[in-house]
Amino acid sequence: MSGGVDSSVAALLLAEQGYEVVGAQMKLWDYSDVGEGTYEDNRCCITESIADCRLVCDAIGAQFYVLDMTERFRKTVIEYFVSEYLAGRTPNPCVVCNSEMKWKALLRKAEEIDCNYVATGHYAIVEKGDSGRWRIRKGTDASRDQSYVLWRLSQEALSKTLLPLGGMHKTEVREMAKKHNLRAVDRPESREICFITDNDYRRFLREWEAGMGRTPEAGEIVHADGHILGRHNGTAFYTIGQRKGLGIAHPTPLYVQAIDTENNRVIVGDNDTLFGSELDATHINWVSREPSSEPFEARVKIRYRHEPTPATVTPLTEDTVHVTFKDKQRAITPGQSVVFYEGDVLLGGGIIA
Amino acid sequence: MKQIYLDHNATTPVDPEVVEAMLPYFVSRFGNPSSVHYFGREAKVALENSREQVASFIKCKPTELFFTSGGTESDNIAILGTAYRLRDRRKHIIIGASEHHAVLRPAEHLACDEGFAVDYLPVDSEGFTSPEKLADLISEQTALVSVTHANHETGTIQDIKSLTAVAHEKDVLFHTDAVQSVGKLRVDVDDVGVDMLSLSGHKIYGPKGVGALFIRRGVLISPLFHGGLHEKRRRPGTENVAAVVGLAMALEIAQRRLESDQRHLGELADFLIEGAMGAIPDCHLNGPRKNRVPQTVNISFHGVEGESVVLSLDAENVAVSSGSACTSGTGEPSHVLTAMGVPAVAAQGAIRFSLGRSTTKEDLKYVLEILPRIIERLRAMSPVYNQGK
Repeated sequence: MSGGVDSSVAALLLAEQGYEVVGAQMKLWDYSDVGEGTYEDNRCCITESIADCRLVCDAIGAQFYVLDMTERFRKTVIEYFVSEYLAGRTPNPCVVCNSEMKWKALLRKAEEIDCNYVATGHYAIVEKGDSGRWRIRKGTDASRDQSYVLWRLSQEALSKTLLPLGGMHKTEVREMAKKHNLRAVDRPESREICFITDNDYRRFLREWEAGMGRTPEAGEIVHADGHILGRHNGTAFYTIGQRKGLGIAHPTPLYVQAIDTENNRVIVGDNDTLFGSELDATHINWVSREPSSEPFEARVKIRYRHEPTPATVTPLTEDTVHVTFKDKQRAITPGQSVVFYEGDVLLGGGIIA
Repeated sequence: MKQIYLDHNATTPVDPEVVEAMLPYFVSRFGNPSSVHYFGREAKVALENSREQVASFIKCKPTELFFTSGGTESDNIAILGTAYRLRDRRKHIIIGASEHHAVLRPAEHLACDEGFAVDYLPVDSEGFTSPEKLADLISEQTALVSVTHANHETGTIQDIKSLTAVAHEKDVLFHTDAVQSVGKLRVDVDDVGVDMLSLSGHKIYGPKGVGALFIRRGVLISPLFHGGLHEKRRRPGTENVAAVVGLAMALEIAQRRLESDQRHLGELADFLIEGAMGAIPDCHLNGPRKNRVPQTVNISFHGVEGESVVLSLDAENVAVSSGSACTSGTGEPSHVLTAMGVPAVAAQGAIRFSLGRSTTKEDLKYVLEILPRIIERLRAMSPVYNQGK
């Protein structure tokens, strides 16, 4: 439970359906770790949000616990986040938080207190397919579908998952929240990374590295044709497709095309150079689809805000695939999650290499 | 289903007799004791009568007893107040290694922000420190020694009398946090010789928000609060008359019941210890069998996480704690157990059962029914427990 509308309504629904609900908020970070003074009032780990969780749990007669998981979160999510940027990739920490924290550490805790499921307010559907395999499907409300961030969940985790909002529309959920007088209804909903509440990942990285006694190394910004155009203040602060903040005067708009950590260079080019028709992906997790070595057609998402697009997925090894798109895609970014769909069924996913 | 409360070291229900005694001071006898008129006099009488009662309970003079908002405040006044007054001449503080945070943090503050040196008195595997260990650390630079009388997590009772004697030999002031012992054990400041002592209402069936600090005549402290002349300037602020009256009544009741409570709780605690350790393998008692506050039973169940046991018991309507109420919520093992040499793995699985006046044998029988199941289930899931099996 975050204290927000979705997880609160999820708890209310489950109680209505007759489940014995135990509410839990994971304490994941301390402000001093992630930049004091930048936090806003609509996120987890804040007194107000905890108070809102308590009110909801009180209303349904549920126990509520705040579980301290800051150490584990730091190691599995924050350190992953930082090291990916340092390696020239653009990570999606929520994906890792879901598989390592919510559906591993928290699931484990739930089992220890004799709970059968972990439930969240994610807009997605988990169900058992005809083959006996657990499937993830997109949420009914297409504009809110969150199946994308769940691609790493194992079959075991899925078998112990309840997502009560999957078949609902956001408007229905908000109505239910209003009906129950949830304070969260009036708070703006936020979409940023939970531990970077001002949305400034560059500030976060700078401060984190400074805390480790490290400063980012400046280097060259190079055009794809070889010309040195300027200086960058650390490759970690750049992401594929980025246009702003290059500090280069140029007759045509320039975009970050690639990040060369080996030579500490940021490579830029014009918009056309951003388009590619294939990618390799690692850390593949098969969800609704049985693992196999046969290539197959699918609709593929290469980032959260992206329309799944037709492609051929060719498994290379047990956990790597090659993807060839029918149409060229803009800004294929290493480190982002690539997820394969068939209709509304999430077949599996991986990380863009 | 009835809730079974076994967390009396965290707090206690207020005795109905105490509530009765307090009530008049909210609505009818509401005066400010500092007022000259009838209302003030009425309140003042109640305040001073209470002071006499509390003083007689710990065998000090009423003029040596100051009311505060509780144990934490009393500890802060004693430790910081002494340190600030003596800082020009003495900059060394000694506290026990197993102190409650209300003692630890003021000492830490003195070390980190005020230029003091702080040493921690080591304890043995049962939690006892010794006069010899104190003698090793003490010097003419020492401003204050503070050692808790009875430990909040394990119930270990320190020999405060001998420790105080060592401090006085070197002309060093001695303070003890007696929050967990007053009302449960006989506490006589005259016999023991301490210079300062903290006590709290809500640990002995009195209200929250009130406590007291004994400061022996002749001992001076720098007050932390500045304001009116209340409590001889040791602690300004309009006195919480109702709560003070409650505290006095709670101690009067404790006086009456002390022996029978000790006996009753001792028997129940033994029943719990034998029952739990008999039915569950791989566990041990943290703290001594003797020289322990009878109601406190701290048991480590190897291979499981205390938090999971607490939540599982909570689901079955049994209230206990792991670590102290203040520290559970962090993933760290208790510093009290660590100081006793309990390995982290065992410390993580420590559960504190603290019994009270309302605890019955039936309550404990129920606990003994469900506890082994819970531990077994957790151990079956535990990679730590199953290593090497």
